[in-house]
Amino acid sequence: MSESKSPTTLKPATVEVRVPSRLGFEKVVMSTAASVAKLMGFRDDRIEDLKTAVAEACINAIEHGNRLNEKLSVGVVLSASVDALEVKVMDEGKGMNRQPGKLDKLKKPDLDRKMRGEEVPRGMGMFLIQALVDEAEWVAGDEANSSYVRLVIRLDKNAE
Amino acid sequence: MQSETKARVEQLTSPAGHPVAVLRFEGDIASTSKEAVIGTYQALPKETKLVLLDFTKVDYINSSGIALVIQLLIEASNCGQKVCAFGLSAHFTKVFTMVGIPKYAGLFADQTAALAAL
Repeated sequence: MSESKSPTTLKPATVEVRVPSRLGFEKVVMSTAASVAKLMGFRDDRIEDLKTAVAEACINAIEHGNRLNEKLSVGVVLSASVDALEVKVMDEGKGMNRQPGKLDKLKKPDLDRKMRGEEVPRGMGMFLIQALVDEAEWVAGDEANSSYVRLVIRLDKNAE
Repeated sequence: MQSETKARVEQLTSPAGHPVAVLRFEGDIASTSKEAVIGTYQALPKETKLVLLDFTKVDYINSSGIALVIQLLIEASNCGQKVCAFGLSAHFTKVFTMVGIPKYAGLFADQTAALAAL
């Protein structure tokens, strides 16, 4: 990924980033993901989608996976292939309290219920992740392995 | 790492002659922005009926920041205030629309369009 190549000649490549488990450091990952996606030839609007999805995945890892423990870190692996970018965001905790596997299609946040005070205003991160990328999967960790969220955003050859 | 949220209030008059409080935000809007977003809103005079949210100088809004905007909208609704927003990028206009905010706060490209809607 070190030399500038046209999107059509970019070879598969992997970039790894590790950031402290501290809110705000998701922006480092956003910038890295945006740079990789730009090299791959993604449109600007898709890069914005990716940045928000990656940021929300990192925030989930920091808040829920690592429970804001600054002694832990969040690892991110960006794997660029010919036609897609896969992003794995790994925490060092036990992850969120969900069953592993592809996320069920999450319902759109019910803003009417939030406005009536029947739901808390928060809780939109996972919805945004799923809505903004082509694929989203959560994998539970165990004693030996970290939990991670896996995102995939695909290049649309006709549109990019 | 996060850019501190700054907020200031400006009093304007709509084309229809109504007083409008404009909350101009700058920086990131995230979980650390509660005082800037909610605190600034709650400090508005109680007689305020029209509120504009200016996001022109906001680069980054995450789901926690959106939750603060929703909290503001809940309080505004309870006070019978009308809220509109302007200056969001195309991406964040899409995100705000995805979570349903336009039902409770009109989204406009710029201040002129937002003021005209009040």
